[in-house]
Amino acid sequence: MTTVTTTAPKRLTTSAMIASFADPGQRTASAPFGHALAALAERDDRVVGLTADLGKYTDMQVFAEAHPDRFFQMGMAEQLLFGAAAGMAEVGLVPFASTYSVFAARRAYDFLCLDAAEPNLNVNIVGGLPGLTTGYGPSHQATEDIAIFRGMPNLTIVDPCDSVDIEQAVPQLAAHDGPTYLRLLRGKVPTVLDEYDYTFRLGKASVLREGRDVVFVSSGLMTMRALQAAEKLAGHNVDVAVVHTPTIKPFDAETVVAQIDTDRLAVTLENHTVIGGLFETVASAVVRAGLGRRVLPVALPDEFLAAGALPTLHDRYGLATDRVVEKVLAALG
Amino acid sequence: MTVLHERRPPADPATRAAAVRAAARRMRLHVLNMGEVQGQGYVGQALGVADMLAVAYVDQLRLRPDDEHWPERDRFLLSTGHYAIALYAALAEAGTIPVEELETYGSDGSRLPMSGMASYTPGMEISGGSLGHGLTVAVGMALGLRHQGSDARVFTFLSDGELDEGSTWESAMGAAHHRLGHLTAMVDMNALQADGKTDTVMRIEPAEDKWAAAGWFTQRVDGNDVEALLAAFDAAAEQAAPAGRPSVVLCDTRIGRGVPLLETREKAHFMRIDPDEWELCRRQLAEGDS
Repeated sequence: MTTVTTTAPKRLTTSAMIASFADPGQRTASAPFGHALAALAERDDRVVGLTADLGKYTDMQVFAEAHPDRFFQMGMAEQLLFGAAAGMAEVGLVPFASTYSVFAARRAYDFLCLDAAEPNLNVNIVGGLPGLTTGYGPSHQATEDIAIFRGMPNLTIVDPCDSVDIEQAVPQLAAHDGPTYLRLLRGKVPTVLDEYDYTFRLGKASVLREGRDVVFVSSGLMTMRALQAAEKLAGHNVDVAVVHTPTIKPFDAETVVAQIDTDRLAVTLENHTVIGGLFETVASAVVRAGLGRRVLPVALPDEFLAAGALPTLHDRYGLATDRVVEKVLAALG
Repeated sequence: MTVLHERRPPADPATRAAAVRAAARRMRLHVLNMGEVQGQGYVGQALGVADMLAVAYVDQLRLRPDDEHWPERDRFLLSTGHYAIALYAALAEAGTIPVEELETYGSDGSRLPMSGMASYTPGMEISGGSLGHGLTVAVGMALGLRHQGSDARVFTFLSDGELDEGSTWESAMGAAHHRLGHLTAMVDMNALQADGKTDTVMRIEPAEDKWAAAGWFTQRVDGNDVEALLAAFDAAAEQAAPAGRPSVVLCDTRIGRGVPLLETREKAHFMRIDPDEWELCRRQLAEGDS
């Protein structure tokens, strides 16, 4: 039997670019995206991988080592990266092209929009460091990537929670005909959802946990925090449901609206600015359905964030589990 | 109508050049007829590049006019979407779209919009228009086709104004790095862009040195000299392709070429032609043929 060492972890204080948001002792899987793509390529000879000088840091390196003849290094040139990915899709290949989310969303938008999305090509964007998953500061923190990408017609947006989501999403993204954007979690990625009766289905939300008092609607790593917060809130006699919505677009409004259309406190949780992400996606679905319900957002503020260690920053900006618990208890009065 | 073959038929230089010139003449007339429909358009540029496109579509590209999706076809990517009027003339010449459809150019519901888009027009490989895109996509197509074992070639057409775009140079480096000998870029060096003469908007010279420094087999020719164009493509195929070097042919063209009225008019990115001038343009074009 494996014993997890429980010596008190030293609190991180560094603003390093690469940091893990896994909790000490948490089960993790190493480079789930790279392994899933390499496995998919064994079955589908259309699959190719590209990167813009970030193969090591987007787990594309795993694919590159498994399939060196199907990996294309495009240099630190994101416009070329995605234009070329579109060209590969034009001739029938299924490219996965990785860089950091900031560079995909901010720097290469025009190329993704016109070369991949307008012709509805099977170009799969793999964006590392989504939201607040690096303490490196605004140059690398893609806090508004979903807001940027949501307006792009034809683009499917996936915000996975953990290694289970990523492993199951990769083949579905490849099977989907149009362009996709995956908010990549890389390195040692927590494994959480295998403890639930859950399967990733592109375009579908899943109720992970039932609850009478509060309903959490969450995506990405904030689903992990939502599940942790629900456990802690149970200790306060607050019964919390958790609805995981890994596909942000197209959004499973039917499932989410049905869950919000109750007397429970509705809370959205996202690793993204409060502008233009999950909260506003849910809010628009609720308004369209004619519901006059309050929705409480847990999200990053509409500002450029500080550099620092991830635990420090998640605590400061309200993504830490304890901050979520406090916010819910305050809202419940 | 020129009949295109899957493989370029061997022909003596004079026969090849005559075929290209005849096609270019018909394409210029198509351009004038389309321009008259809307009373405006990028007619000057289209007349200027008719020889370049005629060389591509009559002499170089391996196509099946009745099967635009033939996987083994050579690809021609029009990066300058506003040159669509020129490409429609070439596609009509190639038999991909009917000549009689050209009169719908730019009209509501037409397959021939003023800016070229792949989803509208048979034979239009990409949607250009946001400049600096064509070469990025061409690099990916060339990589993908080679990966698939195809011997299809990729041609992309861009303008000197696009040399301002950073993505052009990302792609230039990428193509050389990946040794894409089956990729050819044709650049219309018409010395004009939207805000004025190219050398006043952003100096791009010495353009040959820039491409050569990026690792390309670089040639600069008179883009209205059919023999020179043919020789440049032959040299690229013989010298650069086997060595895995991408080729660029920088083509100095004359806006309005073939129609003296337009050749001598003050150069403008978006040339306005009065209703009574179209017939004069056609007459001048015909006189040039005689």
